[in-house]
Amino acid sequence: MSTPEIYIDVEELAEPRTSWLGKIWGLSKSHPLGAAGALVVIAMIVMAVFADYITPYSAVSNDFEHMLEAPNGDYWFGTDQFGRDILTRLIYGARTALFVGFSCAIVGAFGGLVLGVASAYFGGKFDLIVQRIMDVFMAFPLIILALAVVATLGTGVQNVIIAITIPFIPQCARVVRSSALSIREIPYVDAARACGFSDARIILRHMVPNVMAPFLIMLTTFVGQAILLEASLSYLGLGVQEPTPAWGLMLQGGAEEYAESAPWVAIFPGIAISLAVFGFNLFGDALRDVLDPKLRNR
Amino acid sequence: MYKYIIQRLLLMIPTLFGAALLVFLLLRAIPGDVCEVRLAGTGLYADPAEVELCRENLGLNKPLIFGLDTQFFDFVGGYLTFDLGDSMWTGQPIGYEIALRFKLSMQMAIMATVIAVALAIPLGIISAVKQDTWIDYAVRTFSIAGVAIPSFWLGIMIILGLLIFTQKWFGEPWMPPIEYVSPFEDLAGNLSQLIWPAVATGYRYSAVATRMTRSAMLEVLREDYVRTARAKGLMEKAIINQHALKNALLPVVTIIAIEFAFLIGGLVVTEQVFNLNGLGKLFVESVGNQDFALTQQLVMLVVLVFVFTNLAVDVLYAWLDPRIRYS
Repeated sequence: MSTPEIYIDVEELAEPRTSWLGKIWGLSKSHPLGAAGALVVIAMIVMAVFADYITPYSAVSNDFEHMLEAPNGDYWFGTDQFGRDILTRLIYGARTALFVGFSCAIVGAFGGLVLGVASAYFGGKFDLIVQRIMDVFMAFPLIILALAVVATLGTGVQNVIIAITIPFIPQCARVVRSSALSIREIPYVDAARACGFSDARIILRHMVPNVMAPFLIMLTTFVGQAILLEASLSYLGLGVQEPTPAWGLMLQGGAEEYAESAPWVAIFPGIAISLAVFGFNLFGDALRDVLDPKLRNR
Repeated sequence: MYKYIIQRLLLMIPTLFGAALLVFLLLRAIPGDVCEVRLAGTGLYADPAEVELCRENLGLNKPLIFGLDTQFFDFVGGYLTFDLGDSMWTGQPIGYEIALRFKLSMQMAIMATVIAVALAIPLGIISAVKQDTWIDYAVRTFSIAGVAIPSFWLGIMIILGLLIFTQKWFGEPWMPPIEYVSPFEDLAGNLSQLIWPAVATGYRYSAVATRMTRSAMLEVLREDYVRTARAKGLMEKAIINQHALKNALLPVVTIIAIEFAFLIGGLVVTEQVFNLNGLGKLFVESVGNQDFALTQQLVMLVVLVFVFTNLAVDVLYAWLDPRIRYS
């Protein structure tokens, strides 16, 4: 007769679900809205990357035999006034939107991170001057500053990215600075200084990792904001130019003119913009809940 | 307190000066100017001498910044004598051009704010009270959607909806009127034009305020005095309305005031959709015409409103919450 052997996995008891897949599952159960947002974001990325394989149509060449066709079996979302498949242009538009969104968000957030942490760390006159300059930028409504930059540099994807990035930097710098200020008071920064570490090392190794939470939150919010701003600028005719497929541009082209006779031209690009920004915002919100300990359990 | 206000007013000077310099330089960096747009805008040949004369008349040949007889001094120095200058495009005084549109933009801003507040406060409260229920999720989804939906697209959809709806029910498509009438002359006509853009922007701006109300309420509902109120058996309604809401409103007031400041000049895209002749449209036009004088004054107006609103909010804060004292 043998005694049944009982194993107790101590490690698993101490910390259940250590695999990253399990963690993701756990997080998406506690943040269903965030998980939905993440799904939208992933779907968008897939669309942007595999656009060439998803759709049989061209996003740019005209087809005058199929102008303004209502949604049907061949053209699921209909065609625009140049006979281009709207679904195809939406799929390729995801590329433009993501490219603009990520470029602006990454450059803007990193610029803000560096300025914000440095401003908090050095304090004194440097902080005062940087903050006054930030004040100047923050005093402009986002769209007006972006308009002014586009008016100066001209239209096109590259200039749109610059126009949107510039107002992002002070926004992120302000948020990062306020959390960096509280970190500067924590003894380990003094300890690092007492050890004789260089300013650059203290900033990069000791302060930057501790402001990652607000930084990442700003980053995801920026992607959504940038997509929306790009759409607004393109809609005003000051952003991405034809024939590049871009959602805002699709609304500018014929949307208003044909709104009544061919509403699909106006409806679908708007849904695409809303859904994309919605996804990034939901994701950013969930990220805030997870990363910001003050808001945890709320 | 007075010392604080004076200190803040003094700090405004470098901000405003910096903003003036920034917008001044940005505009001058644009290739071309109003004279080229006016004389050669249609692609016709422009006589160089004529362009030169036009520049001379508008003072565009003066040196840019350093010295007294410069374009920058003309711009900034004008504030000392309360002279905003003339539009380079129409030749009318800028004060007149702005006043013409200010009424519409102001009314739009007020209406959108009223709609935003009427949506945000009840929704925010209910979402906080019913935290983590389906009501909470629905409200949060609704408010995040408000930020995500581009207001110009919402505008197009509203117009489209109106057209289809009126076509179906009255047999005749109806569009909101384009001509602005003062609400004191024809209230119905005025509202039938402005209510739609106000709804489109109000919804968008309610989103941020809803979230602010929700999080402020959640924080307050955890306070000891709310527990005390519950312990002494007050009705939930009284606790929320009298104890919690009053204390939660502070950050909400801030966010609403700041958004109001943005609404004055930031409605560029919405005005475009609804074809409203407000400050935002004037801004786009003046940028298109390269009317430097008008553009820079419009930007400064927006900046000024924004900076002063910020100050007013901070002062209001101290007044509403006696615990806050600025030193």
